[in-house]
Amino acid sequence: MKNNAPLLKRIRENRLFWPLVALALILIFDAIFAPGFFKIGILDGHLFGNLIDVLNNSAPLMLVAIGMTLVIATGGVDLSVGAVIAISAAMGAVLINPALGNKLITNDILTKDATNTPLWLIVLVDLAAGTLCGLWNGLLVSRGKIQPMVATLILMVAGRGIAQLITNGQIMTIYYTPYFYFGNGFILGLPVSIYIVAVVFLFAWVLVRKTSIGLFIESVGVNAKATYYSGISEKNIKLFVYTFCGFCAAIAGLILSSYVHSADGNNNGLNYELDAILAVVIGGTLMTGGRFSLFASVIGALIIWTFTITMYTFGVPANALLAGRAVLVLVVILLYSDYARRFLNRIVDRKGSQHGTTN
Amino acid sequence: MTNSREFILSMNNISKTFPGVNALENVDFSLKEGEVHALIGENGAGKSTLIKVLTGVEHPDTGSIELDGKLVQVRSPQHSQEIGISTVYQEINLCTNISIAENIMLGYEPRRWGGIDWKKMNAFAVQALKRLNIDIDVTQPLGNCSVAIQQMVAIARSLEITTAKILILDEPTSSLDVLEANRLFDLMQKLKGEGIGIIFITHFLDQVYQVSDRITVLRNGKLVGTYSTASLPRIELIAKMLGRSITDLDEVSKAKFTGEQKESKKRLLEAKGLGRAGSLEPFDIELYANEVVGIAGLLGSGRTEMANLLFGIDVPDTGTLMLNDKKVNRFSPLESLENGIALCPEDRKAEGVVGDLTIRENIILALQARYGWFKFLNTQKQYEIAEKYIRLLGISTPSPDQLVKNLSGGNQQKVILARWLATDPKVLILDEPTRGIDVGAKAEIQKLVLDLSEEGKSCVFISSELEEVLRISHRIIVLRDHKKAAEYPGDVNDQTIIQTMAGNL
Repeated sequence: MKNNAPLLKRIRENRLFWPLVALALILIFDAIFAPGFFKIGILDGHLFGNLIDVLNNSAPLMLVAIGMTLVIATGGVDLSVGAVIAISAAMGAVLINPALGNKLITNDILTKDATNTPLWLIVLVDLAAGTLCGLWNGLLVSRGKIQPMVATLILMVAGRGIAQLITNGQIMTIYYTPYFYFGNGFILGLPVSIYIVAVVFLFAWVLVRKTSIGLFIESVGVNAKATYYSGISEKNIKLFVYTFCGFCAAIAGLILSSYVHSADGNNNGLNYELDAILAVVIGGTLMTGGRFSLFASVIGALIIWTFTITMYTFGVPANALLAGRAVLVLVVILLYSDYARRFLNRIVDRKGSQHGTTN
Repeated sequence: MTNSREFILSMNNISKTFPGVNALENVDFSLKEGEVHALIGENGAGKSTLIKVLTGVEHPDTGSIELDGKLVQVRSPQHSQEIGISTVYQEINLCTNISIAENIMLGYEPRRWGGIDWKKMNAFAVQALKRLNIDIDVTQPLGNCSVAIQQMVAIARSLEITTAKILILDEPTSSLDVLEANRLFDLMQKLKGEGIGIIFITHFLDQVYQVSDRITVLRNGKLVGTYSTASLPRIELIAKMLGRSITDLDEVSKAKFTGEQKESKKRLLEAKGLGRAGSLEPFDIELYANEVVGIAGLLGSGRTEMANLLFGIDVPDTGTLMLNDKKVNRFSPLESLENGIALCPEDRKAEGVVGDLTIRENIILALQARYGWFKFLNTQKQYEIAEKYIRLLGISTPSPDQLVKNLSGGNQQKVILARWLATDPKVLILDEPTRGIDVGAKAEIQKLVLDLSEEGKSCVFISSELEEVLRISHRIIVLRDHKKAAEYPGDVNDQTIIQTMAGNL
């Protein structure tokens, strides 16, 4: 047992430990009370089931959480990601049929399975729009020296207005089937969206861990002044993270609008900023900045959606869902408080390794 | 200890340790009825810790506090007010948007019919200010008044809401002009007459001599002594503040240059008329390879401002800066880094270390900054560099993966030094590199600076301790009142420097 203790401690102090414990707890709960939760079937040549739903649903949130992690690691926050999702979705819908919103066009043209813009261009413009939004946030924070919360609040409010302007104030339904591929397609039995997440995650990971950007981000988050004194342009680091966050949100917008077959300026990506912040916090990155883990944030997003789908499985009505989430948030925040950490560590240390996951 | 009734306060043997530093060591302090007692010392001498102990913000590790001959334990700032100790802080903590009367009576408003009795409140306020010889409309917002009046309102408040016997004025004049300060001094005289004991903290020595009756000098958390103002000449006071006693560090004798060295020296940096409004008046400086230039001056004389100008933290608005005979056009830390200038900043904690990162990451930070975003040192190389400097500078740590915030002050300073040495700078500016670190580490750092200069670097050594500036510098520049006052060779007499600092030369 003496040999186990340090190992146990090391595992416990790993930043992935608590997020994985939380995820495991929810899954164990499902295994006991809803055995059907883990059933995976094959339909039309691809997998389906609750777990696949969890993956597909959490993909946009994972993407936003990846961007948000970097922003929070610098000590900032981006409240505008939900609005950027809406802008990206609106952009996509409009480009598929630019004439939309013009009342002279007849209904059968509107509902045709065709596009006026090639798909690659739609994707490109979408991503450019989101990146531009991120750049705007980054400029306000780094060059304008506006507090991140206030700076991104501007786009959070204005962004939904912009999205509605783009779609001429209408909710636009999308009829172009190739576009649905992002949110509903499958490759080798798994949702396309999860492959997109994997690519973006890998890209982000290489970007921050195989260059010095990750080190600089953490350094800015811990002590921006000392970082500046060391010859690092903290402004450019901040500019980069907000821009990248906008880029991630744009991809999320693409997947979301593809998933729901429509663009709705008011509701696309609603509350995504808060869920993304929650995912990052569950992942153990401090809101004050510093050390971060992209993978832990992705797990955080997974926890949120596993919890949500679990609630659906148990037939919890949609209007009670938020209350349920509130409980999740409360538990997470309490678990992460210093006091609870010390308390848990004491229990585990005292009882040693005989104590499993039952408590 | 204090039999005499005239002492209204005596603090005996007060010690307070913070992790890594002895903030106060067996300090005694006493205050008589109706005296102004100046508390003097450079930054980090322990003045503010002593005041914090007295006002209950910090609790002493050892020692006792007697108030009117009775032993007390000050539990909290509020408790200190209740027992008659009032404090007016440097930053006035009043509300500028409400009236003067409200500010004075905030939280103690007279009540009538469940509401505030405005008439009574204003009358009280008028009376309170009259005591301070101030006649002013108390219903106007505080923001309309000058800073001096605001200061007096703060004093009126602290005198009125409690029956203060002791008034602590912490740097009250730092934002006042001469006339305003004189007005404050008149007030202090008046309060003195009423028997109130005043503890006066300031960096302005003129004012110390203008108003104080006794002076207590602290240095490095230790009591240097308490003197009657009349019997302590200004020169001696400065000497006591700076501490000239020669300690056991004499083995760090400056390998003072001899004539032939001087000729072979290479000029690395030249500033002509470099200055910035509100920071430092235009000055000239030349830095050569193989030498240490000491910068001496009292607190607020512009030492750090000079470092910040040379390193590009502050952008100069006059003059030119030449490096290797090439003009510097853009000013930023990154630009300086690329030009081979390094700065170990004065405020180690806020501007130096990145506490939550490891020693390794802290050491490679500046080098990595020069390499940019995409030329990333691989982990193996990082460890090589970190281990090299840990060995070279004798940083005591079990591993390069230790978080910097867990190191002692001296080791943190070495980490910052390592960060810059890794970039192989030509000019190394050290702003108070030995502040708040123990004697042994101090000697090590001084030795290191001398070694570096022998290797061909040009070191600028800024310190508030004249003794160490004298010990290791080949040339000494003295600053006074945000101006370069004089430049001396390294073997200058310490009296000359002190006279220059005091403005007698």
